[in-house]
Amino acid sequence: MKTLKIEELSKNFGTTEVLRKINLEIDEGNFLVLLGPSGCGKSTLLNIIAGLETINEGNVFIDDYNVSKVEPKDRNIAMVFQSYALYPSMNVAENMVFGLKQAKTSKEKIQQQLEKVSKFLQVDALLERKPSQLSGGQRQRVAIGRALVREPRIFLFDEPLSNLDAKLRVEMRREIKKLHQQLKTTVVYVTHDQTEAMSLGTKIAIMNHGVIQQNDTPENIYNKPSNTFVADFIGSPSMNLIKGKLKENANNISFSADGTNIDIPISSYKFENTSQLNGKEVFFGIRPEHIHFKSSNEYDFEVNLKADLSEYIGHEQIITFNYSNQELLAKFPSTIKIELNKETKLYFDLTQVSLFDTNSKERI
Amino acid sequence: MQDNLQSSSYKELEQKSKYTNMFLRWFLYFVLILFASYFIFPLYVMVVTSLKTMEEIRQGTLLTWPSSLNFDSWLVAWGGRGYGAGDTFLRPYFWNSIKMVVPAVFFSTFIGAMTGYVLTKWRFKGDQWVFLFLLFGCFIPFQAILLPMARTLGTLGISNSVVGLVLVHTVYGIPFTTLFFRNYYISVPTELVKAARIDGAGFFKIFFKILLPISAPIIVVTVIWQFTQIWNDFLFGSTFSFGEAAPIQVALNNMVLSSTSVKEYNVDMASAIIAGIPTLIVYVLAGKYFIRGLTSGAVKG
Repeated sequence: MKTLKIEELSKNFGTTEVLRKINLEIDEGNFLVLLGPSGCGKSTLLNIIAGLETINEGNVFIDDYNVSKVEPKDRNIAMVFQSYALYPSMNVAENMVFGLKQAKTSKEKIQQQLEKVSKFLQVDALLERKPSQLSGGQRQRVAIGRALVREPRIFLFDEPLSNLDAKLRVEMRREIKKLHQQLKTTVVYVTHDQTEAMSLGTKIAIMNHGVIQQNDTPENIYNKPSNTFVADFIGSPSMNLIKGKLKENANNISFSADGTNIDIPISSYKFENTSQLNGKEVFFGIRPEHIHFKSSNEYDFEVNLKADLSEYIGHEQIITFNYSNQELLAKFPSTIKIELNKETKLYFDLTQVSLFDTNSKERI
Repeated sequence: MQDNLQSSSYKELEQKSKYTNMFLRWFLYFVLILFASYFIFPLYVMVVTSLKTMEEIRQGTLLTWPSSLNFDSWLVAWGGRGYGAGDTFLRPYFWNSIKMVVPAVFFSTFIGAMTGYVLTKWRFKGDQWVFLFLLFGCFIPFQAILLPMARTLGTLGISNSVVGLVLVHTVYGIPFTTLFFRNYYISVPTELVKAARIDGAGFFKIFFKILLPISAPIIVVTVIWQFTQIWNDFLFGSTFSFGEAAPIQVALNNMVLSSTSVKEYNVDMASAIIAGIPTLIVYVLAGKYFIRGLTSGAVKG
């Protein structure tokens, strides 16, 4: 049984296609993050799961039951919004139990739930306050509390941290993580922040233009991006994509960037499809953090590059090199001294490389 | 040396800007007082004249202070002289107006709030068109609809009645009240409605429990606007009612323009003030709430 299953779901607003043939599954207790740039359809998808938006095609199942035409209140879900959406005229306690009251829950049960959840979230001292008298973090906590008291099957979070300042965001992120560890509930979480996605999710679905680009564990998303969009979207700075060609002779495969004849041997790379590799135009993807100043393992490939630009950001520095007239960014600890406009010896970690077809932009 | 030079020139500059500021301040006060007196002058004349006897009015000028506080003309304006036919006084028409304005303001405000709520939070296909047509109602000259409206009231059997006026004012108030509430509700995050829907609240519950309690500022604005419009209306009142069903503005007109006897300026002025007092009261009472801004920081941080 899948806690949530989305099948061939499509949605359009008028002539604009927002979601196209979405398929998703979540097992009980998982934390799924929908990640993507703004306008990619992730919030629409969440609203559809909640029942707040209608569906043009496809179905949504909760516990194998088709809820496509079920009202939001009867889907056994709870949602936390970006603007918290606390009812301004009600105090914290009233806010939290509003849903239970609508469901005609008994007074004792309501009181019991309220006490339990408000203690758990440490808002029990604030119950009499109005939302306008709370700080951002407190509001967020009350909003989560309002979702918790209903004991739903699935929690939906719609960019819940993006209204908080940077410091509080990190704190609340940890709290949500803790919450999920303790309660082991099923969560669908929408965000455009990759750090949030990476640290919270057990699964991440990366979306762009209404299509899921990759739905995988955070590790696979980072290490094996399935196309150039994912490669570019994840990581900061994002993955270097060097344009060039593959060369295949005997049993050796190598890559050489356009305008150079330095061959980078990539025999250890695990191709998904090994046919017709010779001469194939590809992007050679390597993350800035996988370019080293000192050799670290036997798969390292040595290159000599000239540094063009240096950005110092405290604990580390980002240096832009020129690799046969293509920009190549590398990240080093700030203790390393690299002189600009001088050749520097660097090592590519070839175990961490990704290759993409230049035409289809897919991983090969 | 350099430092001294600079500090002395700074002092000079400081002195200079002090004088400029002082001059500008006095100039500002002068202009404000000038405008204020320009606005208050007619009211002054009205009040002073209403307290004079006809004798005094004939002998003095507009601005002369009354010799004694004499409220006789106010009593006459309100309750009449006590003789039978031909004596028009404001009391019955004042109550007509109250009976007209209270339900008309209530219904138009309520319906406007509902419409604004639907147009912003329960969007449907073509809702922009509905809103556009409603806006059209704000711009249509009311003279243009007098005849069809008279027909309608006749057919409904409520012409020349307070009920008829309530209907007319409600209908023609809705475009404005809708505009007000729509513009207010559009800034209320739709997420509130979504949250309430997930919590299991329906259309009316969301309106009454969540949106209406935070609508105080816009309700006050709408009530002030509608009350002023309806209370001060002359066109609809004079067209759709006459005789005993007339609202106060029509009665005031009849009183002042009756050519049967000598013009009693003191009674006319008193009547005009009486007819204007309710709007003043509404402004004074409700204006305070308006300024408070009841939702400050309630919705978003």
